[in-house]
Amino acid sequence: MSDIDFNSPYKYGFTTNIENESFEKGLNEDVIRRASAIRKEPQFILDFRLKSYEKLLSMEQPRWAHLDFDPVDLQDIVYYSAPKMKKQYDSIEDVDPELLDTFEKLGIPLDEQKRLANVAVDAVFDSVSIFTTHKKKLMEHGIIFCSISEAIQEYPELIEQYMGSVVPPGDNYFAALNSAVFSDGSFVYLPPGVKSPMELSTYFRINNEEAGQFERTLIVAAEGAEVSYLEGCTAPEFSSNQLHSAVVELVALDDASIKYSTVQNWYAGDRETGQGGVYNFVTKRGLCEGKNSHISWTQVESGSAITWKYPSCILKGDHSRGEFYSVAVTNGKMQADTGSKMIHIGKNTKSTIISKGISTNQSTNVYRGLVDVRANAENARNFTECDSMLIGSEASAHTYPYINVANSTSMVEHEATTSNISADQLFYLQSRGIDEEDAISTVVNGFCNDVFLELPGEFAAEAGQLLAIKLENSVG
Amino acid sequence: MLNIEDLQCSLEDGTQILKGLSLQVKPGETHAIMGPNGSGKSTLARVLAGHPAFTVTGGKAELAGENLFDFETSERANKGLFVGFQHPIEIPGVKNADFIRLAVDSKRAFLGQEKIEDEEFQELLDKNLNMLQMGKSYVERGLNEGFSGGEKKRNEILQMAMLDPKVAILDETDSGVDIDALRIISEGINTLMTPHKSIILITHYQRLLDLVKPDFVHVLSQGKIVKSGGSELALELETKGYDWLVK
Repeated sequence: MSDIDFNSPYKYGFTTNIENESFEKGLNEDVIRRASAIRKEPQFILDFRLKSYEKLLSMEQPRWAHLDFDPVDLQDIVYYSAPKMKKQYDSIEDVDPELLDTFEKLGIPLDEQKRLANVAVDAVFDSVSIFTTHKKKLMEHGIIFCSISEAIQEYPELIEQYMGSVVPPGDNYFAALNSAVFSDGSFVYLPPGVKSPMELSTYFRINNEEAGQFERTLIVAAEGAEVSYLEGCTAPEFSSNQLHSAVVELVALDDASIKYSTVQNWYAGDRETGQGGVYNFVTKRGLCEGKNSHISWTQVESGSAITWKYPSCILKGDHSRGEFYSVAVTNGKMQADTGSKMIHIGKNTKSTIISKGISTNQSTNVYRGLVDVRANAENARNFTECDSMLIGSEASAHTYPYINVANSTSMVEHEATTSNISADQLFYLQSRGIDEEDAISTVVNGFCNDVFLELPGEFAAEAGQLLAIKLENSVG
Repeated sequence: MLNIEDLQCSLEDGTQILKGLSLQVKPGETHAIMGPNGSGKSTLARVLAGHPAFTVTGGKAELAGENLFDFETSERANKGLFVGFQHPIEIPGVKNADFIRLAVDSKRAFLGQEKIEDEEFQELLDKNLNMLQMGKSYVERGLNEGFSGGEKKRNEILQMAMLDPKVAILDETDSGVDIDALRIISEGINTLMTPHKSIILITHYQRLLDLVKPDFVHVLSQGKIVKSGGSELALELETKGYDWLVK
C-alpha cells in the first residue's frame, strides 16, 4: 500500500498543523454532557455515557497485567479535541488540504483519482472521522459504512440495539472509560445475504499530544453476510504518553462471517530511553450470535509503548467458529501483554488461536489467553499454539494460558514453544550472501508466515516490511 | 583462487580442530578432500564460510588474493565463496524461491547491480531446476522444510547454480543421496564447472569421484593434510583405507 523507507526507524512521526477546538484537560460529568451536546447526540447515547461514567467511578485501574507503568491520570487528558470542521465532509473538495495531505503521506490517498479501488477507507484523525470513501457504492449493496457519530444520527435504532451488547460498559475499567467518553470510530452494517464487494478499512491517526483517543467501532453482519475489515494506526513522536483506549464490537448472526485485521503501528516511544509512546489499552470482542457464524481476528502488533488487548470471541451460536491469529513484535523498551479469549457456549463450536511473539532489545512480550468451555458446549474444540522467539539476551517472553473446561465431550489442545532465534539458521542465510539484518527478518517472517497468510492481499507484504523495520539493530 | 596456509582454528572451549592446514586451489581445478570422521573436513568448510562456533587462531585463507577473514560471512559469499552443507538447515515459512531471490539480489547489491528482473529470475531458475531435474514445486515449498536428505542436497546445488560462485566447497553432497540423484547432481556440478572456477569436494566415497573427476585428492587427518596425490589416490584409499596414513 505504501512505500516504506527502510532508513527511518519510524516514518510516521510527523505532526500536522491544523486548527482544532478542544476542551480543557480533565474528566467530569459536565465534560461528558458538553461533548455530547456539541455532537447533538440523542438522549439514549447521553444516558449510555453517564451510566458508563458512573460505573467507571466505582472501578479501579487493573494491575494484573505483566506491565510496568504508573497508573494513567484521567484528569491529565483532554476528552474533546476535533479539527475545526463540519461533522463529516460530504464531498472530498471540502476537506482541509492539510488533512488530505496528511493521509496521503501515510499512504492513504482519499481523493477520487488516487484512492484504492478495492478498499473503502474511513479516515479517522484524532478520533474524528474525516472522510469515508466508496460510501455510495457500498450503499448500492445495502451496506452501511460510516463514522459512528454519523450512525448515531442516521441509524439510532441499530446503534441502540447493538452498542454495548458485546462489551458492556462495566466490562473493564478502560471499556467503561471508553463508553463514557468515546469520540468517533467506524460503523458497519451488512444486511442479510450481502457479501461486501470490497475490503473495508479504517485508518486511525493520532495528532494531538494531549487528547486521549477513544474510538468505538461496531460491525454487525446480518444472516449470511460477509465482510473483511482492516484497521491501521500511526501517531507522531511525542515525548509524553498518549492514551488510546478503544472498544471494538463485532456481531455475527446466523451464517455470517466477519474477518477483522489490524496492523497496529502506533509510536512506541524512544528505543533507548523508552520515553513517550502510546498506551494501547483496547477491548475487542466478537459475538458469534448465530449458528454457523464465524469471526476471525488477525493482528500485527508492532507499535505502542504498551499494548494491552485480547481480541476475543463469544461462541454462542451452535457450530460457530472463532479464530485469533497474532504477531506481536516488541523492541526497545516496549511492553506487550496480548492474547485472546475464546468462550465456548454453543454446541460444536470451534476455536483456533495462533500467536507469535517476537521480542528484541529490552522489551517484554506476554501471551495471555483464556479458553473457556461452558457446560452446554458439547463437542467444543480448541487448538492453541503460541510460539515466542527471543532475539538477543535482554528481551523476555512469558506465556499465561488459562483453560476452563466444564464439558467432558470437548477437546482443548495447547502447544507452546519459546526459542532463541537460531544461530544456525542465520548462518545458513548469511552463507548465501544475505546480510545479518535481512537474515533475521527472513527467519522472523518465516516464523510469522502462518499469521501473515491470514491478512488480506497486499497487507501481508506490508506486514513483512514493517517487521523488517522493527527488527533493525536488534542484535549486536 | 583459494590459498590456505597453515590454517588453525578452535572451538570456544579451546579444542583445536584444524592444526596447520595448507591447500592451494587454482582456477579450473577440482580437489577432493577425504579422511576419517572427525578429521576436520566439515570444520574446514564452515571456518572458511565464517561459522561463529569456530575461532581462527592462526594462518590465513585467501580468495582471489583477498583475506577471507577480513569479511563477514555474507561478504565472503558475495565475493564468490559457496559452501554446500552436509546438513542444510530447515527454515520454516520462508519460501524457497523467495530465499533464492533474496540471495541473488544480495549478491547483485553487493556488486552494485540492480535487482534481478522477474522474467530474468524466472528463466534462470527454470533453467537450473531443469538441469537438476527438480519440479517447480521445490521452490514453492518452505526452505528445506520437510525435504528428504536427497532433496536438501539437490537444493544446495540449485543455490550454487543460481549464485554462480568462484569457489564451491561441497561437503558430503553425496551422502544420503540415491544413485540416480547422485548422477543428476554430478552432472549438474560438471555443467557448472568452468576454467574460471574451482571446486572442492569433501567426501568419503569413490562413487562421487567417478562422476566428478578430481585433479587432486587430499587426505585430512587430525586437522592437517597428511597426503596429497592425483585421482588415483582415491582409488588406493578405497582398497587400503586410511590406516596406513594415520598413525
